[in-house]
Amino acid sequence: MTGLRYVYAVCRPYGTPLQAQLTGVGGDPPRLLTHHGLVAVVSHVPEADFAEEPLRAHLEDLDWLTAVARAHQGVIDALTTVTTPLPLRLGTVFRDDSGVRTMMEAREESFRRTLDRLEGRVEWGVKVYVESDRTPDAPAAPVPAPKPVSGRDYLRQRRERTKSQDDLWQRAETFATRLHETLSGAAEDCRLHAPQNPTLSGASGRNVLNAAYLVPRVESEEFVEKVERTKDGAPGIRVELTGPWAAYSFAGEEIAEEEGP
Amino acid sequence: MTTPSRLPEPYGQGSGANLADILERVLDKGVVIAGDIRINLLDIELLTIKLRLVVASVDKAKEMGIDWWESDPALSSRARRDELARENAELRERLARLEELGLEPRRAQEEGP
Repeated sequence: MTGLRYVYAVCRPYGTPLQAQLTGVGGDPPRLLTHHGLVAVVSHVPEADFAEEPLRAHLEDLDWLTAVARAHQGVIDALTTVTTPLPLRLGTVFRDDSGVRTMMEAREESFRRTLDRLEGRVEWGVKVYVESDRTPDAPAAPVPAPKPVSGRDYLRQRRERTKSQDDLWQRAETFATRLHETLSGAAEDCRLHAPQNPTLSGASGRNVLNAAYLVPRVESEEFVEKVERTKDGAPGIRVELTGPWAAYSFAGEEIAEEEGP
Repeated sequence: MTTPSRLPEPYGQGSGANLADILERVLDKGVVIAGDIRINLLDIELLTIKLRLVVASVDKAKEMGIDWWESDPALSSRARRDELARENAELRERLARLEELGLEPRRAQEEGP
């Protein structure tokens, strides 16, 4: 089959085969392209969708982007269960196999260094949300306030609402800071990401901490328990854990610094 | 405290990992390599991607209920107006109730249009 080569990840050769039904971007199964002892995981994708012009147009299309993002993540996720992949950013496309090989050769050293650094590690995502009846995405207040009987009563209730909201925010900030300190101590590395757009994430409440932690696979259980333990005893505050992810948040910098923009 | 006996099951992936979790990783993170096909995505900043993602098709975004920038007081003057409008409506309602009870403030009556 002709077409372009979409590269998901680079990894070391691994023994366990990927699940047979796994399909990648555009429905093409991920294939392994081995070069100098490194493996590029690629799919064949049609030029009609992935050449420069159509790709640019597609990236403006949220539905298309969502489908490709999920397919990309699906392949990375499958790889993560059998090896430690270096995930490439979505939309890394070459003309043919030899283009992929040339790229691998040029970056061989840096790939090996990063793979060594990340070997056996996974990424856990931890988010903290403030649950609030006053956040824009949760307009229906679950706690019915008693109807004010006088203007003074009304003002008092309003002051109390504002005050309890301020208190909650302050508590959430303290909580998130403390949690991040604890988890950073338990992880090898960490990254703070921008808080998530509540509607894109579909999560209720306001995201006040969005962090990624690099944790050895064998210490993951302990790490997860640490997160689980913080979930109780913080009313109005919600902790969300995702993972294990491939080490997306920790794969990029070294290479990016070397290459420059 | 419970102690699971094996490596933890994936949390939130597949079913639960939200779109934002996935997009922020596959678009913003990972190894950046300029392939043969050059796309804007590779040289634009994280924030730009996010804004483009949502703003590039505002109608689509609204259709999906993505209009957080409109209701975030930090981003939108409309959100602040909405808040005022809400309070205003609340006050009007209270005033109406008072009037029904015959307790309307005299001044309001005198100065009203």
